[in-house]
Amino acid sequence: MSAQFQADAHFRYVLRLADANLVLAQRLGELIGHAPALEEDLALGNVALDLLGQARLLLTHAGALEGQDRDEDMLAFLREQREFLNATLVEQPNGDFAHVIVRQFLFDAWQLEIYTRLGASADPQLAAIAAKGVKEARYHLRFSSGWVVRLGDGTGESRARAQQALEALWPHTVELFDADDIDRAMLAQGVGVDLGAVQAAWNRHIDTTLAEATLTRPADRPWRWYGKRGQHGEHLGRLLAEMQYMQRTYPGAAW
Amino acid sequence: MDSEALERRFQARIDADERIEPKDWMPDSYRRTLIRQMAQHAHSEIVGMLPEGNWITRAPTLKRKAILMAKVQDEGGHGAYLYGATETLGVTRDALIEELLAGAAKYSSIFNYPTPTWADIGAIGWLVDGAAIMNQIPLCRCSFGPYARAMVRICKEESFHQRQGYDIMLQLSRGTDAQRRMAQEALDRWWWPSLMMFGPPDADSKHSAQSMRWKIKRFSNDELRERFIEFTVPQAQYLGLTVPQGEIDWSEFRDVLDGHGPCNRERLAARRRAHEQGLWVRDAATAYASRQAARKMQAAS
Ligand SMILES: [Fe+2]
Ligand SMILES: [Fe+2]
Repeated sequence: MSAQFQADAHFRYVLRLADANLVLAQRLGELIGHAPALEEDLALGNVALDLLGQARLLLTHAGALEGQDRDEDMLAFLREQREFLNATLVEQPNGDFAHVIVRQFLFDAWQLEIYTRLGASADPQLAAIAAKGVKEARYHLRFSSGWVVRLGDGTGESRARAQQALEALWPHTVELFDADDIDRAMLAQGVGVDLGAVQAAWNRHIDTTLAEATLTRPADRPWRWYGKRGQHGEHLGRLLAEMQYMQRTYPGAAW
Repeated sequence: MDSEALERRFQARIDADERIEPKDWMPDSYRRTLIRQMAQHAHSEIVGMLPEGNWITRAPTLKRKAILMAKVQDEGGHGAYLYGATETLGVTRDALIEELLAGAAKYSSIFNYPTPTWADIGAIGWLVDGAAIMNQIPLCRCSFGPYARAMVRICKEESFHQRQGYDIMLQLSRGTDAQRRMAQEALDRWWWPSLMMFGPPDADSKHSAQSMRWKIKRFSNDELRERFIEFTVPQAQYLGLTVPQGEIDWSEFRDVLDGHGPCNRERLAARRRAHEQGLWVRDAATAYASRQAARKMQAAS
């Protein structure tokens, strides 16, 4: 493979991780001040802050890898939808609290396993970011899986809502484990992680928690539209329109 | 001891600058005044999350977004902390929140004003957190221990907020024409409501004299307002902004207080919506907790 492909793959690989954090932080940011109880408001806000912090580090690193002088803000606010490489899972709208929690749970378990392995990445910057992120991800997963259990094993209504959220979000987990050229190239270089191993570990988190929650693991169904390749649904465009509003309205201004 | 003697001894302790703690004897009216004031303060922190939360998703840079998120979080933390301090007086947070949602409890009227632009986030930090600090620093020496201690912790964070808000304004004032206009308009919007935060003029202030005797209040509304103006006007000058001239329109103050401000309905509706939509979530947590407790009992027997 060409050096150009390798460099571009490295940039995109980091960007995928960055965008997942950024977009999910943006979604959680919508909830601050509106959560079901004050404690949950504070907890979700903490998660959002952690994810935003990781996004900033990763975007800055991606910008350096690209070498085109794009800083975190240019990457966040001046890219088009098709250039965003987050998994579609994180762009799904908040919906009810069950959707928020299940989305977070599916994501946290994935991120924890990714970061755990990225700690040994041949990219020292990425390894350092992952080492910091892994502690946060572990804490986030404790929060989200705790709520999955409470909702699943709570009332009839909460159980139905949690199961519904699980069914709705499940197809968006397919791309999390389906390695493509970029994933393979980065794994070969020791920069990226083995998604097969991540999936096995993820399955253990999911199955253990769903069993405790008395929820049913949805059947796997085909899904071929991958956010990590820039194939997004209809939700991300609106999220970006809101997030990018200031930079688009006042080009070049400093804030 | 008869109640008159108790009250005399209570006042003597306050006069000697002793702290009153929750288990100490206190007159009912002192307790009621504190519950009202502290609950109002807690509600203000929570409702105050809304106007600023309005800009979390649109903050112009990621750094500003992170700072704003953390700030709104802090306000939620202040609310939780103040509800906790109020509970030491024998009320529950749930009951206080019910009163807020029923429209029976007040919160600071300032949060009934809208934040149409990013500059409003700067102006709130600079002016509203700034005015809050003026009001709250004397409360760090308030006679009621839990309230005083809460204020010490909260004031530290409020002064961060004030500096961050001023920093937003500074950046705007050094920016483009559109940014300077945005900053000036935000100052125009928030100046009078900020001055109203200190409460009605001393002559019309209902609770002041008794609160002063109890050392729940240490300075009069007008004194604090004057101090705020002295402190803030030079800061506006440094920004190259013009402080609005004229008099406070107290009829606007009364209207907003009575529920006729620009965002009163939205603010309360947002709090009610969150509460109602959270009902099934809280029910689930309760059901799960009692089931867990039953399981533990069974395992132990
Ligand atoms: Fe506060
Ligand atoms: Fe504040």
